[in-house]
Amino acid sequence: MAETAAPHLEHSPHLAHHFETPTQQRESATLGMWTFLATEVMFFGGLFAGFIVYRFTTPQAFALSSRQLSVLLGSINTAVLLTSSLTVALAVRAGQTGDRRLQVRFLLATIVLGVIFLGIKGVEYSEEFEKQLVPGYNFSTQALNIPSDASDLVVRRTQMFFVFYFFMTGLHAFHMIIGIGVFAVIAWFASRGKYGPEYYTPIEISGLYWHFVDIVWVFLYPLLYLIDLHK
Amino acid sequence: MSEHIASVKDYLTVYAILMVLLVATVVAAFVDLGPLNFPFSMAIAVVKAVFIILIFMHVKHNEPLVRVFAVAAFLWLAILIGLSLADYFTRGWLNIPGK
Repeated sequence: MAETAAPHLEHSPHLAHHFETPTQQRESATLGMWTFLATEVMFFGGLFAGFIVYRFTTPQAFALSSRQLSVLLGSINTAVLLTSSLTVALAVRAGQTGDRRLQVRFLLATIVLGVIFLGIKGVEYSEEFEKQLVPGYNFSTQALNIPSDASDLVVRRTQMFFVFYFFMTGLHAFHMIIGIGVFAVIAWFASRGKYGPEYYTPIEISGLYWHFVDIVWVFLYPLLYLIDLHK
Repeated sequence: MSEHIASVKDYLTVYAILMVLLVATVVAAFVDLGPLNFPFSMAIAVVKAVFIILIFMHVKHNEPLVRVFAVAAFLWLAILIGLSLADYFTRGWLNIPGK
């Protein structure tokens, strides 16, 4: 093979042959990831659009349902996730500066924060399960304190709130589980010294994914937890 | 390009801003702002997202093409939500059977 191929110029071991320069390679990877994230925005966007339409057509039902969620746990989880975004950003920075120890530490910190988030989410889910708020499984409006003058539509739409709640937070949690898995692999590679100033694309790219998942939660949190709290 | 290495201080500043905004959104949710509660909480979420996108996701120091892709994603989302709401909000304006 080597004899018949074009002369092999010396280049960085990280540079794939179909790229001219490491910079072009990195830019392509970033652009590809953003393309994927754009599809993810559309993916979650449908749920967000549906949620907003239902929320404004039956605001009372969504406010009543929202009261059953734990604002405290939701807020703590938001803080946990924002912190994990910071640790990811610092892990990417450690990739840029070539500090292998910091890469591993910040990636592990991110994984731990992600697991804490999922643990708290699990506690919330179990509370909602006990209050019989899981649509299609054990849904009952008993816990909701629905006023007796509420219309049938309002009563039915409370269940719709929880359909959105479980789908959106569930889809989000699923993304986090994937992210944690990805970071576990990246952290292992990082510990073997695979990443440095010349090549840290995998940390950067998986970081973009994690930040995106964080942004999804940034919008889920006020939409689901903070509906008409002042009333 | 992401050759640019942001300082740790920049990241910590953004993190502090995000935390302040989180507290602000919780506090504001308990205050009666009339019809403004929802827009206010969404505005805070948008500001948070912009900080994450520009600084944490390095869009600020990235290729213009990456910025175009990032903006396009959210622009399309805005169209999706904007036109859906334009439909549902205006249905009551006309007395059409089956609306």
